[in-house]
Amino acid sequence: MDGALNSFLLLSNFVLVPGMAYGSQLAIGALGVTLVYGILRFSNFAHGDTMAFGTMAVILVTWLLQAWGVSISPLPTALLALPFGILATIVLLLLTDRWVYRFFRREKAAPVVFLIASVGVMFVMNGVVRFIIGPNDQRFADGERFIIKAREFKRLTGMNEGVAFKTSQGLTIVTAVIVVAALFWFLNRTRAGKSMRAYSDNEDLALLSGINPERVVMITWILAAALATIAGTLYGLDKSFKPFTYFQLLLPIFASAIVGGLGNPLGAIAGGFIIAFSEVTVTYAYKKFLAYNLPPDWAPDSLMQLLSTDYKFAVSFVILVLVLLIRPTGIFRGKAI
Amino acid sequence: MKKLLIGTSMAAMAAIAAFAVTAASAEDIKLGVILGYTGPIESLTPDMAAGAELAIKEVSMSGALLGGSKVMPVRGDTTCTDSAAATAATERLVTSDKIKAIVGGDCSGVTTAMLQNVALANGIVMISPSATSPALSSIEDNGLFFRTAPSDARQGQVLTAILKEKGVKSAALTYTNNDYGKGLANSIKMNFEKAGGKITISAAHEDGKADYTAEVGALAAAGGDVLIVAGYLDQGGKGIIQAALDTGAFETFVLPDGMIGDSLPMAIGADLNGSYGTVPGTDSPGAAKFGDMAKAAGFKAGPFASESYDAAALIMLAMQAAGSSESKMFKSKIIGVANAPGTKIYPGELAKALKIIAGGGEVDYVGASAVELIGPGESAGNYREILVSGGKNTTAKFR
Repeated sequence: MDGALNSFLLLSNFVLVPGMAYGSQLAIGALGVTLVYGILRFSNFAHGDTMAFGTMAVILVTWLLQAWGVSISPLPTALLALPFGILATIVLLLLTDRWVYRFFRREKAAPVVFLIASVGVMFVMNGVVRFIIGPNDQRFADGERFIIKAREFKRLTGMNEGVAFKTSQGLTIVTAVIVVAALFWFLNRTRAGKSMRAYSDNEDLALLSGINPERVVMITWILAAALATIAGTLYGLDKSFKPFTYFQLLLPIFASAIVGGLGNPLGAIAGGFIIAFSEVTVTYAYKKFLAYNLPPDWAPDSLMQLLSTDYKFAVSFVILVLVLLIRPTGIFRGKAI
Repeated sequence: MKKLLIGTSMAAMAAIAAFAVTAASAEDIKLGVILGYTGPIESLTPDMAAGAELAIKEVSMSGALLGGSKVMPVRGDTTCTDSAAATAATERLVTSDKIKAIVGGDCSGVTTAMLQNVALANGIVMISPSATSPALSSIEDNGLFFRTAPSDARQGQVLTAILKEKGVKSAALTYTNNDYGKGLANSIKMNFEKAGGKITISAAHEDGKADYTAEVGALAAAGGDVLIVAGYLDQGGKGIIQAALDTGAFETFVLPDGMIGDSLPMAIGADLNGSYGTVPGTDSPGAAKFGDMAKAAGFKAGPFASESYDAAALIMLAMQAAGSSESKMFKSKIIGVANAPGTKIYPGELAKALKIIAGGGEVDYVGASAVELIGPGESAGNYREILVSGGKNTTAKFR
């Protein structure tokens, strides 16, 4: 019995808790991608770098607040800075739309043209972020680092295995729940949200019933900016901020959105957790876990690791390819690409 | 008319030749200082470059090199990880800036690329202050490559000795996935297992990721008394240690040279206290003297700064010994000026050394890092044992 409990704690420490946090971060990121796809009908490759830009804005405001001595300890100061970061990102996205995407919309350009334009936007944003804050790691987390430390957990419970629960992980999960609830409330209960869904379902019908398309597009960018900044900040708090890793995040985020079904918000959330947990579970070494559950002489000598951690990114690739082959619309029947 | 033409052209050629001769006796020599100013060891390279440039300035001011030649440093960026970028930067310095020799590269992978792609093709001498991969000992170099840093084969032995003294029986090992990491990890594993220890896992990690929980999960599953992190302090190495502490997987870390620097204890905090490691270093009088000189010049004698000073100094002393700033002429003189016999030369005495050589005497350059070149031209290796205590790297002893 003790063995089973210990093995569960072990798994929680290395798989469940990090997987939940990573999954939430991916889910919020994928929601942004999926919204833009649903309304504007193109895959926004600049989303990763939008996240980087938003996080950068949050970091700069955080530093300012820290310099002024403002703090909401034990919570990280970045939470206070978050609204300012979102505002900055909204301005950026609306300007990008004005300068880049609106032109292509008027031209009624094909989705692939938008997609390539978004690649260009991605490189520009990437450059802007590096220019302003530099290519290096930035740490901006402050406040209490842990809700419970592994060592304390062991002392309190007397178990062999400890579970560490970081403040950033707790914050991520709580924020993800709030953000998702607020988004669904907005989409299902408000006029603006309903007009967005109508526009997404059938553009012509929506136009006929008097929905202003430019307004729908504007709201979409505002939501995308808010989601990107929140996802980026949570990821940065939990891990670390570096422009290049945000660029790399694009792959798992897209995998999440596509696996769930592009254009489908529920699917984005499910996809986020599927990708996060498959990355973590496939590369975890189960040696100790089995040792707790099996009779002593059966305990394995090898690491019992399916894939080396080097292949973490490959996991999301493989899932992406499988889903596109077997069920191109994704699990929740989004749009086929 | 024809005669006149021939006559003028011959006169012109003679003039050029005469000019060339005077140029050889006093010229402006450019030295490349090619290190990773951006990338995983960017917190170390400013001090390393300052070390090399201090030696260059010292020689230039003395006016004793090759009849009063001036030496100019030219910086190039290796990025430490991107071989293509390092090759391009070196190529540019060699072909357009016309550098005569190179202090660099820094990380083993890019150093190999620079040597094979540029230095060999152009016959340029390279002295690396910090490339420590064992593979560089046996590389084909036409006698052009040297290093003032010891091979990691030696570091493996030293680390094993420390682990044995501390009573460590088993250890998990993770290394950065490049030539430096692999070479060092192999050397540690081989030496430690020969001494009766057990390496439970030897796993690579990639630099530049935001999250290392999965890597630490595998290391924790394998277990061990300590975790040996053969990585970089500003990169994956730091991430691994942070994740291992966060999840409570390991408490004591063993830190080879790539992990020694002030930024690591500062970033991790009190949890790193009690961890230990090694970095090339010596308690010879040269090291202390170099420390004072560095302080006066406004930089810190950080890891590999003294090796960088020595690398630049050796190049210039060898030029003096060969009477030429051309790599093909002075490459054979480097081992001679570095090793006995001769007058021992410490940092700050480069002018004296140049005069001794000019007068036909011999020097044994000791320098800031007690240089003794062995084998194919690499430092024999003196190590400083580091203990992290009170949030700082402190020197436990010299080996």
